Amino acid sequence: MTNSPSNPRNFSSPNDDDLTRKDSLFKDNLAQRHRRGIVWKVIFQISTVIGIIALSTLLIKILNDTMGYAAIEYKKDPSTISSSGLPLDEMTCSELRVILAENVTKNRLRTIEREKPMVERSQSECLDLVISEVAEPTVKKTWPLFASLFNYEEIQSIAAEEYPGGDLIFKVWLSRAFILSPQSDDPLKAGIRTAILGSIYIIIIVIIFAFPIGVAAAVYLEEYASQSRINQIIQTNINNLAGVPSIIYGMLGLALFVRYLEPLTSGAIFGSADPTTANGRTILSAGLTLALLILPVVIINGQESIRAVPNSLRQASYGMGATKWQTVWSHVLPNALPGILTGTILAVSRAFGETAPLVVVGAATFITFDPEGIFSKFTSVPIQIYQWTARPQDAFRNIAAAAIIVLLVLLLLLNAAAVFLRNRYSRRW
Amino acid sequence: MNLSVHLDATVNQTIVTETNEFHAIEAKSLNVFYGDFLAIRDVELDIQKQKITALIGPSGCGKSTVLRALNRMNDLIPIARTTGEVLFHGQNIYAEGVDPVEVRKRIGMVFQKPNPFPKTIYENIAWGAKINGFKGSKSEMDDLIERTLRDAALWEEVKDKLQDSGLSLSGGQQQRLCIARAIAVRPDIILMDEPCSALDPISTLKIEELMRDLSKNYTIIIVTHNMQQAARVSDFTAFFTLTEDRAGVLMEYGITNQLFTNPKQKITEDYITGRFG
Repeated sequence: MTNSPSNPRNFSSPNDDDLTRKDSLFKDNLAQRHRRGIVWKVIFQISTVIGIIALSTLLIKILNDTMGYAAIEYKKDPSTISSSGLPLDEMTCSELRVILAENVTKNRLRTIEREKPMVERSQSECLDLVISEVAEPTVKKTWPLFASLFNYEEIQSIAAEEYPGGDLIFKVWLSRAFILSPQSDDPLKAGIRTAILGSIYIIIIVIIFAFPIGVAAAVYLEEYASQSRINQIIQTNINNLAGVPSIIYGMLGLALFVRYLEPLTSGAIFGSADPTTANGRTILSAGLTLALLILPVVIINGQESIRAVPNSLRQASYGMGATKWQTVWSHVLPNALPGILTGTILAVSRAFGETAPLVVVGAATFITFDPEGIFSKFTSVPIQIYQWTARPQDAFRNIAAAAIIVLLVLLLLLNAAAVFLRNRYSRRW
Repeated sequence: MNLSVHLDATVNQTIVTETNEFHAIEAKSLNVFYGDFLAIRDVELDIQKQKITALIGPSGCGKSTVLRALNRMNDLIPIARTTGEVLFHGQNIYAEGVDPVEVRKRIGMVFQKPNPFPKTIYENIAWGAKINGFKGSKSEMDDLIERTLRDAALWEEVKDKLQDSGLSLSGGQQQRLCIARAIAVRPDIILMDEPCSALDPISTLKIEELMRDLSKNYTIIIVTHNMQQAARVSDFTAFFTLTEDRAGVLMEYGITNQLFTNPKQKITEDYITGRFG
């Protein structure tokens, strides 16, 4: 008998060989079984590749819009602003201040000085200020990144033809100024600061309400509740609530927090109602609505984490004469905590990206001032993106793309925190 | 098998029944049900103080159920129901108003699989003392932990790594840590549910030596599948078996030597000689 490894069929002894060959109940199908395995492996690989392609397309599409050439026209040509004939970018800040004072109203000048005194501004800040206040640029047309990189001549000729008095500049829409500026009507000035602050305020409210209530409910359902009919009904309902569309929660939030609990959510009973809003469409209402939205998810996730704590630990604890509460507090909760935290953060990041319920609850779409507290009007990053993508002008599409990048980075940070907590606190038993 | 055989078995108990003050715990017509299923029937068992009593028998005969009935661990199973009495210091632990937490504090338990808490070795022992109202200072706690670990024959192996996780120990060490944890709350009785079944022979031997040491101060009741272990370590042995309706009954109970060399029941002899089970 040859026993070469290259021919696996010959591994069996001659007697075995006879047995299997003569037994008509078995057919020799090893090659076919391997083939089938390979086909499935290829199918799984293709699925993965399709997923990766879809994600990269999305990312590239967004990045493509965050920078590129923009054709800009000025109300007053920057080169004619200066009376002395000196180019603007060679002037000192005090010289620029003189130009500014000549061209804007006294009130406007006072506002600018109040934001930040001219003497404290750097030359480039003063220059930007003069350009935006005096020359008043408007974006006429924008081109995405790839077109800007590969078709520069074409873009240049179009711009020269259609906007002869304008400038063609390479504009990076996702910039420091974009993140730090408040909302504005002008895409060149508009920023996302108010929206980021709004989102952060809302998320803090969500965590304050959803985390303790969700964990407490999970502990009750897992450790205390008996298998009674009513508890089973509650459990089923929580599972179903996790699947309710978010806009339904928005309507609940509108009816409950904005309308019914208006004195509370507007801050009226605390005497701190914002006179410009004077209704329940506040950060508090938005936070409570989103907290309700993620509460079922937090509860279900908490229950799963608690259930994953091995029963042997509970038995050991009871066996030493611990009460139920001592067992839960000292063993169940500490061991379930990494799972609870991870799940809560993931649920919070879902709330962070929610748009529909906030639209219903009444997010303000245009606020230029930062929220001052939980009774302020609010907007959030996804609301802002939604708002900007609905505008007809080219440039708003670019700042929407920039805002999407900001949102994705914030979500990535949250998810990274979840991964960190899971690795830091996960235990073996 | 019929009921009369079982009744004979209880009559035979008279050999070991002495006056009450020598009994650590007594089961009186103890029945445990899981739902409608009768798991153990009419168990009468008087456990001698500061002795080791082994519960043996084939799988599913209810040895562990009897053991867990002795410190009300069965209460944690929602469908379990117990009737009859378990007298501990003359008090029925199933009586109205008895707190199972107090019962379990006085009657500790060691489980089949070593289950130290995922905390430090120090904390594993300190926790039991703390929850049971230990009010001493830090140095008194240190003393308690050293004493307990010495009693559990673990001190020499772990004295330099008290702040390591209890899970970093070997299986046998973990089980001795669990025993240390149980004796740290100063129980009267320690119940052990197959404490060596997950351990290698050398660790098993160490635990058995430890049990002999501990029996000077504690009453130990051990469930084991290993008849050699029962013969080696225990003073008394209770043999359980199944009736036709699958309820567990106490078949024979006596001094270990006598039960192994001269069993009264045919079925006991069959079991200990390995003919069934």
